Amino acid sequence: MSVTGAPRPRRPWKGLGRPRGQPSSEARAAYAPFLWLAVFFLVPFLLVAKLSLSDVVLAIPPYAPRLDWSAGLPGLIDFVRALDFEAYARMGQDGLYLAAYLSSLKFAAVATVILLLVGYPLAYGMAKCRPSVRQALLMAVILPFWTSFLIRVYAWIAILKPAGLLNMALAQIGLPPVDILNTDTAVYIGLVYAYLPFMVLPLYAVLERQEAGLLEAAADLGCTPFQSFWRVTFPLSLPGVAAGALLCFIPMVGEFVIPDLLGGSGTLMLGKTIWTEFFSNRDWPAASAVAIVLLATLVIPIVLFQRQQTKIMEQR
Amino acid sequence: MNAKTRLNIGAVRSSFAPWADPSAKPLVRFDQVTKRFGGETAVDAVSLDIYEGEFFALLGPSGCGKSTLMRMLAGFETPDLGRITLAGEDLAGRPPHLRPVNMMFQSYALFPHLTVAQNIAFGLRQQKKPRDEVAARVDEMLALVRLGGLAHRKPDQLSGGQKQRVALARAIAPKPRMLLLDEPLGALDRKLREETQFELMALQQRLGMTFLIVTHDQEEAMITADRIAVMRAGQLAQIGRPAEVYEAPNSRYVADFIGDVNLFEARVTEDDGDIIRLMSPEAPDGLEAIEDDEVPAGSTAWLAVRPEKMRVHLDPPPPGPNRLEGVVADIGYLGDWTTYLVELPGGRTIRAARANASRVVDRPVDWDDRVWLTFAPDSALVLTR
Repeated sequence: MSVTGAPRPRRPWKGLGRPRGQPSSEARAAYAPFLWLAVFFLVPFLLVAKLSLSDVVLAIPPYAPRLDWSAGLPGLIDFVRALDFEAYARMGQDGLYLAAYLSSLKFAAVATVILLLVGYPLAYGMAKCRPSVRQALLMAVILPFWTSFLIRVYAWIAILKPAGLLNMALAQIGLPPVDILNTDTAVYIGLVYAYLPFMVLPLYAVLERQEAGLLEAAADLGCTPFQSFWRVTFPLSLPGVAAGALLCFIPMVGEFVIPDLLGGSGTLMLGKTIWTEFFSNRDWPAASAVAIVLLATLVIPIVLFQRQQTKIMEQR
Repeated sequence: MNAKTRLNIGAVRSSFAPWADPSAKPLVRFDQVTKRFGGETAVDAVSLDIYEGEFFALLGPSGCGKSTLMRMLAGFETPDLGRITLAGEDLAGRPPHLRPVNMMFQSYALFPHLTVAQNIAFGLRQQKKPRDEVAARVDEMLALVRLGGLAHRKPDQLSGGQKQRVALARAIAPKPRMLLLDEPLGALDRKLREETQFELMALQQRLGMTFLIVTHDQEEAMITADRIAVMRAGQLAQIGRPAEVYEAPNSRYVADFIGDVNLFEARVTEDDGDIIRLMSPEAPDGLEAIEDDEVPAGSTAWLAVRPEKMRVHLDPPPPGPNRLEGVVADIGYLGDWTTYLVELPGGRTIRAARANASRVVDRPVDWDDRVWLTFAPDSALVLTR
């Protein structure tokens, strides 16, 4: 009898137990977030993408074509044929869209820089406090979230309006009143106010984690406190700077409520443009096209943000 | 003789003793230095001189104030009372970055965003040295601690031993007047720690730099230091060469902290100037010790005997002083040494250690064997506190 004998079955486990390729219950549980994303992000995204390829009609809903399921395959072919890039083409021709687009990026970028200048010292101060005080300050940063965002922005109207709290205070100390409401300044104030926690929290997280021994080592090697900050603290906090900046910049580009309530008629921002197209002009395809372009440009900072987050997680 | 020509590593540098020279000026002087944290006195009126070229160890259990003493010299803590001078200059009010001492931290505190070379260059760049001079010094330091190939690694890509050497190189690079080492080998495993102890000594010799080490590990202090200051609860218990604090401790605390010791509480019966005789219920035949210091008869004292100075007998030796009888309760075999725990009739356990000088023994001492312990009068020490 030969030693090699009969050929070994290539996959002895085949047909035993759970068939391969079918996920276990744990593996299925891992799909839950993807299911969530599919239902609440991918499907709406596809709906908006489809809308942006449609045409405006005077009907309810105010766009065409609509997919007629009863028409079968020919109906589907007709549906796809009726889709076009007209809304995008119109966007390219109308300079207003480009202006709104650039203006949004400018608002978001400038506000991000101001947020960094305000948020960094705040986060730094918090991280330097005694742990008991730190908890209280952290609470104070998060506390505004307990009130409606809309109410907080309305409160700024009460502060900034011509006979508002700010001008009353200025009059008290004998200074001339300022007319800020419905200007870009008011939008910047609103943006910085509303997004400050999103800047402070990631900065605080990296600063608080920094080993105190590193600053002693820097001092020991000849650094003044100021030099220690620039040579050690600041470079080590850059992941937090990046995270905070992206976390604020991304949503600020599409911000609608703040420019709408605090900005003037001249304040151009994409969020407002989308709203106008949707509700005033009833041009859903145009609104959708603007939204899709906005999303496409934000993909780059979003990817950057994700990579930054992964890096921070790996450092832990 | 200066530090560079020192050859007998690990032994006492008998010719190097600036502290015995009344005309010698100390490099660092702690003068009645006191530091309190809240109600706790961490350092209590400590006076201490450290001389140029010395390898000095502050030794004590955790919380004895040794780290606080060092941190006051580095400038991270301010003394409440007293004065610290470096080369005759009062350091009061001088911030850490203006003090010509560098510290190697227990946690190493390497800058995680900088490479090994950048870490080492940190202090040099702060001194505003020209670029090529910095590069040359960094290369020199990398060679000194044998990290040549790792110049461009980040700290998180290094092993514990490598990090330790980067921390050392970074602290030495700016050529401080004095190097402070805070538990420098605490995070290393035993084998590496022993090697590094000898490396540190060799390095200190080569550089001729003054080293101050803080440690709770008596072996580390004994191996590396020229002098050891044993600390207890914020005060200095004893200062001396390693052999002095081991063979001539001035108190039960020092005797017990450095190495193992058997202590017998006894009544002094006679002091004839040379030999002191004592009585203890644990030693029916009496105790004898050779001691220069006078101890009044009738007072209570403690006779201290190190385990390795005890001889273990299986046959009863002739009766006489310094003879104890007991039963072997436990045997700790360490390879090079064997430690016997011998229970005396009173119930107390005495340690005796024997070097395993040969591989085979005629009559091994076994558990529950009746044994006799003896020691020479000049191996014992009389302590009065």
